[in-house]
Amino acid sequence: MKIAIPTVKNTLNSNVSSSFGRAEYFLIYDTETKENLFVENTAKDSRGGAGIKAAQIVIDSKAEALLTPRLGENAAEVLKSSDMKIYKSIEGTAEENIEAFTGGKLSLLGEVHEGLHGRGLK
Amino acid sequence: MASYRCLVKFTKAYTVVDLNNMNIAVLSGKGGTGKTLVSVNLAAAAEKAAYVDCDIEEPNGNLFFKAENILENDVNVKIPLVDKSLCNGCRKCVDFCKFNALAYIKELIVFEEVCHSCGGCKLVCPQNAITEKDEPVGKIQKGISGGVSVYTGIMNIGEASGVPIIKKLLSFEKSEGNKLTIIDSPPGSACNVMESIQDVDYCILVAEPTLFGVHNLSMVHELVKIFNKPFGAVLNKCLDGENPAEKYCNDNNIKILAKIPYDTELGKLNSEGEIIARKSEKYREMFSTLLNKVIEEAQNAATVNT
Repeated sequence: MKIAIPTVKNTLNSNVSSSFGRAEYFLIYDTETKENLFVENTAKDSRGGAGIKAAQIVIDSKAEALLTPRLGENAAEVLKSSDMKIYKSIEGTAEENIEAFTGGKLSLLGEVHEGLHGRGLK
Repeated sequence: MASYRCLVKFTKAYTVVDLNNMNIAVLSGKGGTGKTLVSVNLAAAAEKAAYVDCDIEEPNGNLFFKAENILENDVNVKIPLVDKSLCNGCRKCVDFCKFNALAYIKELIVFEEVCHSCGGCKLVCPQNAITEKDEPVGKIQKGISGGVSVYTGIMNIGEASGVPIIKKLLSFEKSEGNKLTIIDSPPGSACNVMESIQDVDYCILVAEPTLFGVHNLSMVHELVKIFNKPFGAVLNKCLDGENPAEKYCNDNNIKILAKIPYDTELGKLNSEGEIIARKSEKYREMFSTLLNKVIEEAQNAATVNT
């Protein structure tokens, strides 16, 4: 199964990005083959609608689960149209989150914020 | 009023900005500074003028004018409408949309509040699967109050952008013939304000005598410089003693057009929804003088620029 994690850098020991739509990269990790791939988030510099485009990128990567600290409502709306499962990531690196996920320690993301809509962190 | 008429006669022969086609915008960095006070009373002090309320989120100029014979028009924007039976999921529209208002997951999803109504998706669709529908975003009104034609833009609650309403309001006002036009801008210095001031001949920056007021004044000051508009300041709520806004104007060579006192008579009339220039001789004279000064400044600037 492939999982996606928004990251700050394109390494496994990178921290998880605090923003989904404005993350630098998405780590696409295959839990069976242990293969990893970093996809650049081309939505990150958008003036608006970054979450929408980022969600499209993650879905197109064929990931079946997303691990993220938070999610805006537009991104959530796009992801809802796919069969993506969304988990709340934990503080720490991408690698630590993969371990937590495979160990069944992550819970589903409960709430969605209303979105920063161009006022987000850069 | 005599000097006003005299000025008209004098300037007509020499300048390029015709008084009957002069557009003056009133701005401030935040709400509650006195934009509406200044613009309503300037329009009232002119014998014949248009007052255009571009503060579409909270238009309140007509609380003072109480215009009659109100005409109303809806403002709609175009939003893409997808025929799912024609869409083959090629995503050309998704890639084209610079506002990221479209996504394709199993079918095309349209984010209406992110859409800027550019119509690009419809143009690039090779399947002709996209048409457009009208989505109401607000309305514009016109009424008459004495010699003033009162134009008001009203945005529907929950809409993200007032720009389409301001565009339609200003083009409607222009289509009704040239006249001295006073534009009551929205507060701040963002898109709605830029849309309101882009075709004006002169900008009046209204400021409060506080440090906070100076901060807001500096924002609109920067904006009018970027737009290369001639401008001057009106200091509102002036008390004796230190006035940080006045100091800012002096430090930055901003012409002070008028100082409005922090005055009980003014406050009382204004809070009762009265137009002070129509109720008090003192204030009629003050706004009349201010109007003449603004017209003169705008015409001087136009002469210098040509």
